[in-house]
Amino acid sequence: MSGHTSSYDPQNGAMKWLDKRLPLPRLVHDSFVSYPVPRNLNYAYTFGGMLSIMLVIQIITGVVLAMHYVASADLAFNSVEHIMRDVNYGWLLRYVHTNGASMFFIAVYVHIFRGLYYGSYKEPREVLWILGVVIFLLMMATAFMGYVLPWGQMSFWGATVITNLFSAIPLFGESIVTWLWGGFSVDQPTLNRFFSLHYLLPFMIAGVVILHVWALHVTGQTNPTGVEVKQKSDTLPFTPYATIKDAFALVVFFVVYSWFVFYLPNYLGHADNYIPANPLVTPAHIVPEWYFLPFYAILRAVPDKLGGVVLMFGSIAVLFVLPWLDTSKVRSASFRPTYRVFFWVFVVVAIVLGWLGSKPAEGGYVIASRIFTAYYFAHFLILLPLLGIFEKTKPLPNSITESVLGDSDSKGGSAMPSGAAASPETKG
Amino acid sequence: MSDTALENETSASGENGTRRDFLYVTTGAFAVVGVAGVVWPLVDQMNPDASALALASTEVDISAVESGQSITIKWRGKPVFIRNRTDAEVEAAKSVPMDELVDPQEDVDRAVEGRENLLIMVGICTHLGCVPLGDAGDFGGWFCPCHGSHYDTSGRIRRGPAPLNLAIPPYEFMSETTLRIG
Repeated sequence: MSGHTSSYDPQNGAMKWLDKRLPLPRLVHDSFVSYPVPRNLNYAYTFGGMLSIMLVIQIITGVVLAMHYVASADLAFNSVEHIMRDVNYGWLLRYVHTNGASMFFIAVYVHIFRGLYYGSYKEPREVLWILGVVIFLLMMATAFMGYVLPWGQMSFWGATVITNLFSAIPLFGESIVTWLWGGFSVDQPTLNRFFSLHYLLPFMIAGVVILHVWALHVTGQTNPTGVEVKQKSDTLPFTPYATIKDAFALVVFFVVYSWFVFYLPNYLGHADNYIPANPLVTPAHIVPEWYFLPFYAILRAVPDKLGGVVLMFGSIAVLFVLPWLDTSKVRSASFRPTYRVFFWVFVVVAIVLGWLGSKPAEGGYVIASRIFTAYYFAHFLILLPLLGIFEKTKPLPNSITESVLGDSDSKGGSAMPSGAAASPETKG
Repeated sequence: MSDTALENETSASGENGTRRDFLYVTTGAFAVVGVAGVVWPLVDQMNPDASALALASTEVDISAVESGQSITIKWRGKPVFIRNRTDAEVEAAKSVPMDELVDPQEDVDRAVEGRENLLIMVGICTHLGCVPLGDAGDFGGWFCPCHGSHYDTSGRIRRGPAPLNLAIPPYEFMSETTLRIG
């Protein structure tokens, strides 16, 4: 937390010299070594660290892929095949990058759902949450533009459909789309600018991540109880405790990641994207990458063009106001029995929406999409505001320490008033 | 302007503001105009360039398109459908009551008089820009596989999320068998 005093103590002369001039090592020490984290963090809390590692991996592999890729409508497809066949380790770098995008989204969805479960968006962490939603939007833009670069059929038609979303805007829609394209259809200018932006946006994400971590370190982490840190015994230093836990989770995550890279490298992609882009033929069944499917289902659920686009963007925009929609004073779903049920229903609804997004837009699928879309919005706009009023929550533990050590602690150390010093080393 | 400035100066810190306020506002206004002037080239460079705008027209030989057939040609990077409709298809298109249409338009307004059988349209679904499939859908016209829009034999939207009929590009018949689009 911002309040904790620095325990950084440079030993050698050079570090002391630097500390007086640019205390960067002190900042790192205070943020990632001595920084106190709640002692009861579970593995759901390890995905934030994973996400920052994924961003680094994507930037490193992306920069080297850009050394071989050619952003030209005539050459892009072949340059990707050149990377796959001729460039030393090109196949590995590309598969790490393309599957990295999927892994990035798996991690971010776990991270977001963890936030929803434990009420991480609630006061005083609204800005932290909103910055996270901004990062999510930037990730979506980056992933979308990256998928266009190989210039296969799915690249081309995905780009066409997504840019056409803006044509739903009244009055200026068509001019905006023409401006985005730099022409009258998706073509060379579009590919070129998408490449430029695909290279830029990850660095913007990195910038917002710094703000996100800053905001996190001002308010401190939430934890599975949702009870704020009150005393020193509630926390542990980031290193080694959180560092080791994050590292172990990362290794497990890398096992899954490697399994995709080495054994199922194209499982999460589409075969159609190995057909060069053809502006005259749309593939019979176009679908976005899996991580966009729930939003795609919402888009297609609405029989009206503008309505569909508004709801699709609205499904993410609603996250920005989530801190004010959830009226419950209790943070964690562990102490909100009714919310916990609705949370898991919501998880299922989101997954089913994703499945519906992968199906053709016809018959029963459309009807089901409408029902699940309605529920998606009802969860945020009706259930969450009402639950806060009507839900009977369970009693909260007095402190994180009590929740971890249980009754034996409160008997042994006597029930302490919240915030009181529990042990001599506590400084508050 | 100088009158106002003088007035402001005389009324020190009165309701009309001071000479300094005036300078602040003026400076701010110039800065806004200056920034806008610098930003505009950065924005406008993304609009279609001169070479894209120069791709004006395409000429097509339509003599080989028999009744009931259709061809697709490329104009400004977009597909254009040229369909030689059968008499039955034209009749079907003409007999649709206007109140059944999402984007009401008579069939006669979508083809050239005397050559009603030839329907020339930009083959881009007005929903999100996919290329609809010909001879498909519930109305005997086109069907967009992306999001399920159905068009009739006049290329008018009948069902699905698309808001408008398939667009008619500017075109003219150069001769009996030659068509110029654009």
